[in-house]
Amino acid sequence: MYFVKVYVMYKESVLDPQGQAVLGAVHRMGHEEIQDIRIGKYFEMKVAKSERPIEAVIEEVCDKLLANVNMESYRYEISEAE
Amino acid sequence: MKFAVIVFPGSNCDRDMLWAVSEILGEEASYVRHDETSLAGFDGVLLPGGFSYGDYLRCGAISRFSNIMSEVIRFAEEGRPVFGTCNGFQVLTEAGLLPGALKRNDSLHFVCKTIQLKVVNNETAFTSEYRQNEIIRVPIAHGEGSYYCDEATLSKLKENHQIVFTYEGENPNGSIANIAGIVNEKGNVLVMMPHPERAVEELLGSADGLRFFQSMVKNYGKVTN
Repeated sequence: MYFVKVYVMYKESVLDPQGQAVLGAVHRMGHEEIQDIRIGKYFEMKVAKSERPIEAVIEEVCDKLLANVNMESYRYEISEAE
Repeated sequence: MKFAVIVFPGSNCDRDMLWAVSEILGEEASYVRHDETSLAGFDGVLLPGGFSYGDYLRCGAISRFSNIMSEVIRFAEEGRPVFGTCNGFQVLTEAGLLPGALKRNDSLHFVCKTIQLKVVNNETAFTSEYRQNEIIRVPIAHGEGSYYCDEATLSKLKENHQIVFTYEGENPNGSIANIAGIVNEKGNVLVMMPHPERAVEELLGSADGLRFFQSMVKNYGKVTN
């Protein structure tokens, strides 16, 4: 069994209006030192071992469903689990 | 002409769509559920607005994997007419039939009002009943309608005259190049955030959307299975 973490973020070139709204609130709290906030998505998956390499499985799921690669990028971390 | 109105869990403009094409336009139309697997007997497919699958993950991302969508994709690839408004736009871009994606409105607000649109390409099978650069009044109702694509895609859209509708006067959502509606390269799949089906009789505040459906019937109406 694998334990997989996937992080999906808007690409750098894409404006994140939610992040900007949260940044505004953080500044109103008085934290001017926080200069940028971008909001993304985080997934945790338990994946059984199969014939296919785990990377290929995860990338297919990310490319087709978890991220919209037109505007988002993703990265993942794989660890062994019980 | 017989239209299929696709119904996903969470669609909420399916009745408006069916009403517009059956009662106002006078054509045949039926609902086709997301879990059905055939579009046999239909001459055109309409994807309505709404919040399919609760907009979970991203708007349209999950609907794209429903049973009927592989048929919708096949139908589109055969060169037959497919129209998606609002959530239908989101579903069809997620399905890869159109380039780009829809993101949260710049304002973060859900915007619901009648806006002005410019018909920047009246040479499509969906807009032939409009004059080139005609300004029409059609409602919008969306929270995630800001069209986004990269520079290369935008140049290609411009080059191929795939931008069909642009927002006029005011851009309600931050959409790139004021894009409100685009068509695929073949010209048989058109998507837009505004709702022409909600502007088909004066009683609704505008009848400017009616000619959209009349264009479809005129250009595709003689197609039979």
